[in-house]
Amino acid sequence: MVAFNQLMLSRRRALCTGGALFVSFATSACSSSETTAATGMGSATKPALTPPELDSWIAVKQDNSVVGYFGKVDVGLGIQVAIAQIIADELDVGFDQVSVVMGDTAFTVNQGGASGSTGLELGSVSVRNAAAQARAQLLAMAAAKFGAPASRLTVNDGIVSLADEPGKTISYGDLIGGRYFDYELTWNHKIGNELLVEGTAPLKNHADYRVVGKSIPRADIADKLFGNEVFNTDVRVPGMLHGRMVRPPVAGAIVVKVHPESVQLLPDVQLVVHNNLVGVVAAKEWTAIQAAKLLKIDWSTPKPAFPAEADLYKTIESAKTVGKGGPKPTGDTKATMAAASKTIEATYLWPFQSHASMGPACAIVDVQPDHVTIWTGDQKPHYVRDGVAALLGVPAAKVHAIWLRGPGSYGRNDGGDSAMDAAVLSKAVGKPVRVQYMRIDATAWDPKGPASVHKTSAGIDANGKVVAYHYRSIAFSRENIASHPDDPTQSLAGQFMGMPVSSKQAFDVPDETYDFGVQHLDWEVVPALLDRASPLRTSHLRDPLGPQINFASECFMDELALATNMDPVAFRLKYLKDKRGTVVIEAAAKAANWQPQMGHPGKPQGVLLKGRGMAFARRKDTRVAVIVDVEVDRHTGRVWPRHWFVAHDCGLIVNPNTLRRVIEGNIVHATSRALFEEVAFNPHMVTSVDWLSYPILDIKDAPESINITLINHKDDLPLGAGEPSSRPVASAIANAVFNATGIRFRQAPLTKARVKAAFI
Amino acid sequence: MGKHITLQVDGSSHDFDMADPTTPLLYLLRDDLGLNNPHFGCGLSQCGACTVLVNGTPMRSCVLPATAANDANITTLAGLGTPEHPHPVQQAFIDEQAFFCGYCMNGWVMTAVALVRDKPHATDAEIRHAFSGLKCRCGSHMSIIRAVKRLTEAA
Ligand code: FES
Ligand code: FES
Repeated sequence: MVAFNQLMLSRRRALCTGGALFVSFATSACSSSETTAATGMGSATKPALTPPELDSWIAVKQDNSVVGYFGKVDVGLGIQVAIAQIIADELDVGFDQVSVVMGDTAFTVNQGGASGSTGLELGSVSVRNAAAQARAQLLAMAAAKFGAPASRLTVNDGIVSLADEPGKTISYGDLIGGRYFDYELTWNHKIGNELLVEGTAPLKNHADYRVVGKSIPRADIADKLFGNEVFNTDVRVPGMLHGRMVRPPVAGAIVVKVHPESVQLLPDVQLVVHNNLVGVVAAKEWTAIQAAKLLKIDWSTPKPAFPAEADLYKTIESAKTVGKGGPKPTGDTKATMAAASKTIEATYLWPFQSHASMGPACAIVDVQPDHVTIWTGDQKPHYVRDGVAALLGVPAAKVHAIWLRGPGSYGRNDGGDSAMDAAVLSKAVGKPVRVQYMRIDATAWDPKGPASVHKTSAGIDANGKVVAYHYRSIAFSRENIASHPDDPTQSLAGQFMGMPVSSKQAFDVPDETYDFGVQHLDWEVVPALLDRASPLRTSHLRDPLGPQINFASECFMDELALATNMDPVAFRLKYLKDKRGTVVIEAAAKAANWQPQMGHPGKPQGVLLKGRGMAFARRKDTRVAVIVDVEVDRHTGRVWPRHWFVAHDCGLIVNPNTLRRVIEGNIVHATSRALFEEVAFNPHMVTSVDWLSYPILDIKDAPESINITLINHKDDLPLGAGEPSSRPVASAIANAVFNATGIRFRQAPLTKARVKAAFI
Repeated sequence: MGKHITLQVDGSSHDFDMADPTTPLLYLLRDDLGLNNPHFGCGLSQCGACTVLVNGTPMRSCVLPATAANDANITTLAGLGTPEHPHPVQQAFIDEQAFFCGYCMNGWVMTAVALVRDKPHATDAEIRHAFSGLKCRCGSHMSIIRAVKRLTEAA
């Protein structure tokens, strides 16, 4: 009895009732208005939207439906369904009763948006805790209603029944429908990914889950296919105008003079100029596009900001170091290598890559004197709110960001910048303004994944054992601009307007836990190429740093296997100190019927060369092993990864079918990055500006099959799945190309030109 | 006074006075008719996000001057079918749970409609050929191919 009283009474209500027992709950002075009005229990007014309030997470409606409030968003990987599945199970309601509101800053707390594959790993934890607590609160209410202990209650689809008394049932909706729990959870006082709330109610055993583990389809797919989904690009608000931005033609140029007369023939065009930020606003979208194109601006001619593209890696290697780090080395790598009977070393190169989202970013911002509304498709809407508030100098509480689905987003793309730009334009013209970027803005001016050089070396003793290993990344920082769009100094708008530019200096080393005894993994960061708004500024791109770091480390593992006369799979199993990693490698090898690869493949003859390669990746606690069969055309240089075998362990699987899709998407997206994607630039400007100059994978190059082995840990928590399977893709392809051709490619992407040139 | 044009869009007729005769069809559909699809992806005829059927042929509305579509029958994604009466291509993509963000969808779906109509038994190579040039940044290609094969292999 005491136990469920504690569940039932929130801290606030406990004060109100003087900590009274459950009997007084229904009769206390506070209760008539606050808890047991004729309409049901709970409170009539919604508590403020703060992390510890249970009502910030779960609402039960009168019709017995349930709304979950999720402070992350679904950028197309299906997490909305997964969150609803978890709520359904913890709350004992049917899946169809649950809807999930995402990312709206008026209804959800800041759980960090889509970020770091943490949607389930971190984001679902608080939702689950809240749902379990809500169930306990509801059972306590039902117990009060029936005058029976909660232990005699059962719940099915949100209908509470009293055991052995057939007539005694009541729905969640009748208990609290439309009212509020007014219960405080324990909050760790963090926001973003780390935010955690906990209740006192016990969580269900995974063995009792009925909805989690089912392949429930995504409803948004059908909505989209019938044209019913309202994307953020589709938002139209009364009085809305269309804006476009005008960027400098070369990096670092500043405005000398704007010529308004150049657009005077277009109807009602307004110009907005703040230092080097230039925008145009018009009633019609097509007019705004024309105006941005026609507007004549005299720009300065700054000295070249960038090296020649051919000198990129030389520039990285010779630049001064502005930051370094890495785990503590074990032993003396240098001395051990000097004493080794053989040493090998290799250098790997990875280019700048672009998000190049399918649609250029779009935001609609309405700056009113006392209130700001943002419609955004950015994957971190709470940080967009904070960024726009800081830019405009208004309290975040006066800014409402509404999230709608936008073009797929893979980190800090151009989404956050578009909201800042739209805010500047809206404030200037006093009307809601919709800014959608043009393709060049999305491809040339989005934040880039950093270019990097990776130096690997190892010492091998007389018995063919690897005894020392050194891995060093030398690279542009992972975040010339922050991965959250919450700071205007880290946005194009802020930087064009003249705000000071600062850069965090960080990179990383491999996550895979090979143990060579004496080893040293470290990173060095070199300065950003331009100290103002730069089209080559870096930030997070899907699995930030993962593919490039893994490309060097997993290709070098194959090089070491060759140098020690071992099969690449056997080599990894020998040195990997990671049981779950071993399991996925063995599972992939089994699915692919892997045959040992011993020795150098030589110089195979023929036009179409076939080969097979593997790679392993660990991303936090998720493990992935992949094996790929490639075909290489000696004449054209085309590499076609035709068949994939993936073994994937991301803990508890919430929705297997959706997980399979997510893995497929990662494999294809990462294949595109491994074979085709490379930001082109000259000393003045980024020159990859569209789909011709920044080519991505075409369907002709899509694989023929992706065989997926899912390893489910029913006793574990769900881990990240949105990015990890991107990580080993380039490495496996390069390893397979080596197996096919006998040529080791250490520079990504493995373009046709690069591969063809290697045969000559 | 600009040129006057008439478009049949998803079964209803609309008249436009074209102040700027170069305006691409995309902006009439989105800006003037308030339709939510097609999407703007590149404006350069490079991606397919803006695809509609013009007299049954998939066309890039971002570069097609609206005046060139005068009197044409235009079908957008929303005009293919309804949840109650889906077009077989819509149903196949739903069954396959194709797409991630779905922003690219118009290109693939409209091209698939024309493909299964013209080549009901299209082979893997013919499917890839028909789709070549369309972009999907999220990597939905595997499920797209499987969705089309649900129709071509059943036909
Ligand atoms: S928007 Fe028309 S083809 Fe890209
Ligand atoms: S599903 Fe996102 S671009 Fe195709």
